[in-house]
Amino acid sequence: MSSGLARLRVPESAQPGEIVEVRLLIQHDMETGFRRDMQGRAVPMNVITEVRARYGDQDVFRAELGSGISANPYLAFSIRAVKTGEIRVEWIDTAGVRGSVSAVLNVT
Amino acid sequence: MKRRSLLKAGAILLGTANIRHVHAQNFLPPQDLKPFIEALTRGAPVRAGRVTMEMPAIAENGNSIPFLLRVASPMTPADHVKSVHIFAPRNPRPQVAAFQFGPHAPRAEVATRVRLAGSQKVLAIAAMSDGSFWSGELNIVVTAAACLDEALG
Repeated sequence: MSSGLARLRVPESAQPGEIVEVRLLIQHDMETGFRRDMQGRAVPMNVITEVRARYGDQDVFRAELGSGISANPYLAFSIRAVKTGEIRVEWIDTAGVRGSVSAVLNVT
Repeated sequence: MKRRSLLKAGAILLGTANIRHVHAQNFLPPQDLKPFIEALTRGAPVRAGRVTMEMPAIAENGNSIPFLLRVASPMTPADHVKSVHIFAPRNPRPQVAAFQFGPHAPRAEVATRVRLAGSQKVLAIAAMSDGSFWSGELNIVVTAAACLDEALG
């Protein structure tokens, strides 16, 4: 359900057709590039630029983010439960580091 | 050009650079969003409505402000929201985020947390599947802006 870097929350189960909320929290500094460290050196910008969510084999949500999103980005969106399947979220940051987290939505 | 006059010109330039740096400690003035809107709509008209945002009216700290975005749409294959774009004119980078919803999206709604560099009017524009554009605005007072020491650097 969660890796050390992110948490994905979906309801334990849902009925077909039900609208469920998917909540995502990623641990990331979302460094703006406007800050200096203790030695006075500019801290380079590094933000999560793109987040994609898939449910089964369908793209359900996509977000393009920037320095205007808070550190440790939180995103909540809704999907319609169709059948039991994996919800998988993947992201990439400015430094090219990728991450992912997934959860299973049980539809009964 | 003589060496002396060159040095003089350089000193003047340096002087202005310093003034700019001092200004950078203050809030940025709002930027013109027209180029961003133009890039999105390619000249198509943007009508007010269908897009609503929710944020606290006053935020003590601009670093993490709860933000809810909602677009009124039936979200059917024939009539849905293609994307929504959020702009904060006083942020050093006004493009805050853009969201796209897939075919399983029952409603065009997303919640997140934003950074805002000062009090401003946040703009959201939704691109609909029929090619129309709709917008919503929301004023927020931010008493301590998100950190932007180097924003004008």
